[in-house]
Amino acid sequence: MLRQFRPALLMIVVMTVITGLIYPLGMTGIAQLVFPHQANGSLIEKDGKVIGSTLIGQNFTSDKYFHGRPSATTEPDPKDPTKTVPVPYAADNSAASNLAPTAQPLIDRVKADAAKLQAENPSAPVPVDLVTTSASGLDPDITPAGAFFQVPRVAKARGLPEDRVHQLVQDNIQGRTLGIIGEPHVNVLKLNLALDAMK
Amino acid sequence: MTSNGWIQIALFSVIVIALTRPFGGYMTRVFNGERTFLHPILRPIERAIYWCCGVDEQQEQHWLTYAVAMLLFSLVGVITLYALQRLQWYLPFNPQGQTAVEQSLAFNTAVSFITNTNWQAYGGETTMSYLVQMAGLAVHNFLSAATGIALAIALVRGFARREAKTIGNFWVDLTRTTLYILLPLSVVVGLFFVWQGMPQNLNAYVDATTLEGAKQTIAQGPVASQEVIKMMGTNGGGFFNVNSAHPYENPNALTNFVQMILIFSIGAALTNVLGRMVKDERQGWAIFAAMGVLFLAGVTTMYWAEAHPNPAFAAFHVDSAPSALQAGGNMEGKEVRFGIADSAIFGTATTDASCGAVNGMFDSFMPLGGMVPLINIQLGEVIFGGVGSGLYGILAFAIVAMFVAGLMVGRTPEYLGKKLESREVKMTILALLSLPLSILGWTALATVLPAGLAGIANTGPHGFTEILYSFTSATGNNGSAFAGLSANTLYYNMTLAGAMLMGRFIFVIPLLAVAGSLAGKKLLAPSAGTFPTQSPLFVGLLVGVILIIGGLTYFPAVALGPVVEQVAMNHGTLFAGP
Repeated sequence: MLRQFRPALLMIVVMTVITGLIYPLGMTGIAQLVFPHQANGSLIEKDGKVIGSTLIGQNFTSDKYFHGRPSATTEPDPKDPTKTVPVPYAADNSAASNLAPTAQPLIDRVKADAAKLQAENPSAPVPVDLVTTSASGLDPDITPAGAFFQVPRVAKARGLPEDRVHQLVQDNIQGRTLGIIGEPHVNVLKLNLALDAMK
Repeated sequence: MTSNGWIQIALFSVIVIALTRPFGGYMTRVFNGERTFLHPILRPIERAIYWCCGVDEQQEQHWLTYAVAMLLFSLVGVITLYALQRLQWYLPFNPQGQTAVEQSLAFNTAVSFITNTNWQAYGGETTMSYLVQMAGLAVHNFLSAATGIALAIALVRGFARREAKTIGNFWVDLTRTTLYILLPLSVVVGLFFVWQGMPQNLNAYVDATTLEGAKQTIAQGPVASQEVIKMMGTNGGGFFNVNSAHPYENPNALTNFVQMILIFSIGAALTNVLGRMVKDERQGWAIFAAMGVLFLAGVTTMYWAEAHPNPAFAAFHVDSAPSALQAGGNMEGKEVRFGIADSAIFGTATTDASCGAVNGMFDSFMPLGGMVPLINIQLGEVIFGGVGSGLYGILAFAIVAMFVAGLMVGRTPEYLGKKLESREVKMTILALLSLPLSILGWTALATVLPAGLAGIANTGPHGFTEILYSFTSATGNNGSAFAGLSANTLYYNMTLAGAMLMGRFIFVIPLLAVAGSLAGKKLLAPSAGTFPTQSPLFVGLLVGVILIIGGLTYFPAVALGPVVEQVAMNHGTLFAGP
C-alpha cells in the first residue's frame, strides 16, 4: 500500500509542472502573439489613455449617454473595511444581487427604478432589463428595447433629432450568432462612443 | 418561450448526440492503451512521466490498491493546494499582492477542488494570485476530472472483464486521461476562447478612466486556459466571482454555447465508452437515452419557469414580454447576451453534470426555475453527470433498477452479463444512501444552529432553499450555489468541506468494491430470461428508479423550499430582507 505513496507525491509535482505551468504559460505566449488585443482584455484607448474594455460594462449616469443595467457590485467601505458600499460596475469585484423573486428589497428597488424611468419616457412601458441587475454586475449590453426606450432622453439632452439617435441605435444592434445563438443586444459603451462621434 | 429558444435547445441536443460516438471511440482507444493519432507526440511524454514517478504501466491493481492510490493522491493534493494558498504572498505571479488565504477558506477550497466540486466561498479576482489559479486550482481541474474518469473506467472494466483480479492501474488511467484527452482539447478550445475575447495574460489589473471620467479597475489574468478545463472537466470553479456570467469568462453567445457543449461532451461520450468496452454499443445508448429524457424534462421546466415574468413587476408598468427587441422573462441575475433560453440550457446542463459553473444566478431564478438545479443534483448528478462520476453514478442506479426488476420476477438479477448478488447490491445501496445522509443531515443541522442561520441572504422559504442547496451542491460535488448565502464563515467552510468529502469518497469507494467483485465473475451469455438492458423498457425502468428514489428521499425538503415559495409568490406574498 505504501508503495503508492511515491507516485502520489511525484505525480502531483509532475502534473503541476505540465498542466499548471507549461500549459497556461505556453497558452499565454501563443495568445499574446496571435490575439494580443483579446488576450489583454479587449481594451479601448483614446488619446493614449485606457477608457475601458468593450466587454466590460461602465456606469453611465449623465442624461447625454445611454445607461446600462443596474449593477449590484460593491467595494469595501473606505470608512469601515468590514462593510461594503454599493459601487456599480466595479470590474475588480464582480457580483450579483442574489435577491429572491419574492424578496421585498427586490420589489422595492424595481418599483423605484421603474418610476424614475417612467418619468423620463412616459410613452412606453419600461423594458425589464433596465430595472433588473445582471448576473455579473458588469453586463456590457442592454436589449434593443432598452436602448430604444432611452432615445427620447438622450436626443433631448444632446439637442439631436430623435430619428437620428434612433437610427444610431438601430445600427448598433448585434444580432444572434449565425442568426440562431444568443439574443440580440446593444453594447452600451460602443453605442455611447458612436454617439460622441456624431456631428 | 420563443421558437428561437426551442431551436437553440434542439441544436444543443443534436450537437451533443453527434459528438458522443466519435469522441467515445477515441476515448476507448486511450483507455485500452491503443495507438491514437497523438501518440507520436505524447507517447514519449507519457513514458517520461511513468519513469519519473516510478510507475510500472504493465502492472495492474486490485480494487483496494486502486482505491488507496486514489485516496493518497487526493490527500497529497489537498495538502499541496492548501499550502499554495497560504503561501501565495511569498510566491511569484501575484501582481495584485493577494495575501494568504484565511485558514478555513483555504481548507474548504482545497477540499473543494480535489473532489471536483469547485465550490466558491471566495471571489477569484479578490482572493487568489495568478499562481494559485494556474498551478493550484487549474491543475486540480485537470486532476480531479481525470480521477473521476479513471474511477468510472475502473467500474466499467469490472463489467467488461471476466474472472479477473484487477481493474486497471490508477496512475496509468490518470496520466492517459490528462495527456491524451483533457490537455489537447484544452489547448485547441482555449485558443478559440481567446480569439473570442477571453483574456490570457499575467498583467496587473487595468485602471481605466470611463467616458464619464470615473475610475474603473478591470481585473485581468490567465482566464482562457483555466476556463476551458473548468467546463470540460465539469469542475465549474470560476476564475472570477460570478463565474461564466462574467463577460471576460464568457464574452459572447458563441463561447457560451461551446461552454455548454463542453459540460456534456465527456459525460456523454463515456456512455459510448461503456458500450464499446462491454462490446455492445446499444447498452451505452440506453444509458444515454435515460440521461437524455431527464435532461429534456429539466431544461423544459426551467425554460418555462424563467420565461415567466416576476408577477410583482406588473404593477410598475414594466414590460417583460418576449419580442424581437428583448428576451423578456425573469431577467434579474441574468445577462442580456444570453437571455432566457441560453440561461436555462446552461443552468440545467451545469447541474445535470457536476459542473456547477453558472451564467445566471440561481438565487434570483423563479422558485420552480431554481428547483430544477436543486433536483438535478439531488437525483445524483447522473444526467450525463460529472466526468466519470456521472457514469459510475448511473451504473449504481442501473444495478438497483436490475435488482428491482429481479425482485419482481424472483430471479437473480444480471447486468451486462454479470450476476448481481448480495454483495454488489449492498455496496451500491451503501453508496446511494451516503448522499441523502450528507445532504439532509447537514441541512437539518444548519437550520437549527445560529451559525447556520447567520448566512442566509433571503428570509422565508427561500432562505431554507439557500441552505439546502449549499449542502446539496457540496455533497453532489457540483459547486454551484444559491450564492446569496454567506458561505465564507468558519461554520460553512468546515461543514461544506465535510459534505464534499462524504459525497465524493463514501460514494465511490463502495462502487470500487463492486468493480472488484464484478471483475472476478464469469460473463454470462444472455438467455431467454435475461432482461434486455438495451431496450426502451430498461430506459423507462432506469428513469423510474432514479425518480422514485430521488422523490422519496427529497420531496419533503423540496416542498419546504421552492414549492412553498412558488405558492407564496402566486399569492403575492413577499419576504422582508434579513
